[in-house]
Amino acid sequence: MNTSFTRQRYLMDFTLHSMLRRKGRNLVLFTVYCLVIFILASVMFFGQAIRQEAKTVLADAPEATVQNLVMGRHALINAKWVPVLQNVRGVRHAEGRLWGYYYDTVNGANYTVMVPPSGDAEHQLQPGEVIIGPGIVANRSLIRDKYLFLRANYGEIFRLKVKDRLSSDSALVSADLLLMSEPDFRKFFQLPDDVFTDIGLTIRNAREIPTIIGKIGVRVPGSRVVTRSDILRTYQSIFSWREGLLLALLGASIVAFVIFAFDKAAGLSGEERREIGILKAIGWETSDVLAMKFWEGALVSAGAFLLGLVLAYGHVFFFQAGLLEQVLKGWAVIYPDFHLKPHIEVLQVVTLAFFTVVPYTAATIIPIWRAAVTDPDAVMR
Amino acid sequence: MSIRPSSLMISAMLLLGAAVVALFVHAYSSTDNGLAARARLVGQLGLTDLALFTEARYTRHPSQADLHSAFQDHPMSLDHFPSGSLVSPPRHNFAPRTGVQQ
Repeated sequence: MNTSFTRQRYLMDFTLHSMLRRKGRNLVLFTVYCLVIFILASVMFFGQAIRQEAKTVLADAPEATVQNLVMGRHALINAKWVPVLQNVRGVRHAEGRLWGYYYDTVNGANYTVMVPPSGDAEHQLQPGEVIIGPGIVANRSLIRDKYLFLRANYGEIFRLKVKDRLSSDSALVSADLLLMSEPDFRKFFQLPDDVFTDIGLTIRNAREIPTIIGKIGVRVPGSRVVTRSDILRTYQSIFSWREGLLLALLGASIVAFVIFAFDKAAGLSGEERREIGILKAIGWETSDVLAMKFWEGALVSAGAFLLGLVLAYGHVFFFQAGLLEQVLKGWAVIYPDFHLKPHIEVLQVVTLAFFTVVPYTAATIIPIWRAAVTDPDAVMR
Repeated sequence: MSIRPSSLMISAMLLLGAAVVALFVHAYSSTDNGLAARARLVGQLGLTDLALFTEARYTRHPSQADLHSAFQDHPMSLDHFPSGSLVSPPRHNFAPRTGVQQ
């Protein structure tokens, strides 16, 4: 055991000296390798943390919302359907919801304007009052810090007193939120009294939801029901590695890296061949040559993997994934300042290690084995 | 007496290994970073989506969007918002349900 360990130590020493002779090439390879792991792990950590966040945070989202679809598009729903839905067996409570979007020409931001539900005592508002989300505070200089001036699309200026600000802790769900009283909302968007954006349902027993959806489909023609599990499923598929621009960009980078790494690992230079020939000629066994090259591949790939993983974790959970911000932000003016709860899945880390460390280490071994089993004289020539 | 390269390498690997273990410890022992406050607000206001992509209505509320919202401007319009490339359409849009017009 001790002899074997000592032998491997000497092989490592020799390998490191050999790598230092080609330090420029090995340093570039290590840096690129580390960068690829860093990007992959950053996306993996961020996606996983967001999915976990959505699963936890949206667990109290409405059990079902009923939308009206006209020509395949979401349209306003008539208030007459509220009592109809209230009378569906299994529905505990049905309430019309008012929410929509406002484009602020002052700063080019989109706000989500919403009327707090009647059951939410904490956020009830009088006409002329608003509660604003942390993203609006950051992007809109409030006049005298107390009033928000909004211009309706028909030209009227609304002067709204800022009653409160939502906590910055809630930015991930409320950054662009603007809470308004119902009379102000209807006046601001010129909505008649008999329409809502959609209707939110509270359901007695979650297992009855499929049956209730079937009943709603019959009683409210042209409707579409979005359930809480639909919402959660939407967020479980967000940033799926099988779709989107991110994968296209990453895919190209990964393929380029694979070609680069394989070329480096599999294509033996003349100098390396000569080195193997000399080692064989002075009495090294094939297994020693293989062990030396195994250490070379393993040290580069394992070192890059561990360092890339640590850097990615710091990037996502200590620096709010700042490098991904521009990709995620797009053309948005409001971007939430959020701190995700750290979340790591062992299986994901193992999978990432398996698909990055193992192929590279294997790619270094095979060509070396070919050269190592050849006659030293032939190799040196 | 100079330090052997293998000693340096083994130390560096052990240090990185310890750092990775520390990450796991940090991840599993960290506080909720305001998670409870966010969950409470969602319950109070009946929110349905994360405010992660605020540039377009179908990326701000992907779970509430209809299939056509990304191509809303005219019949030949393609989705032109950058985050539309990152967010997939809601899966439930593709699942026909008995008795409900999709």
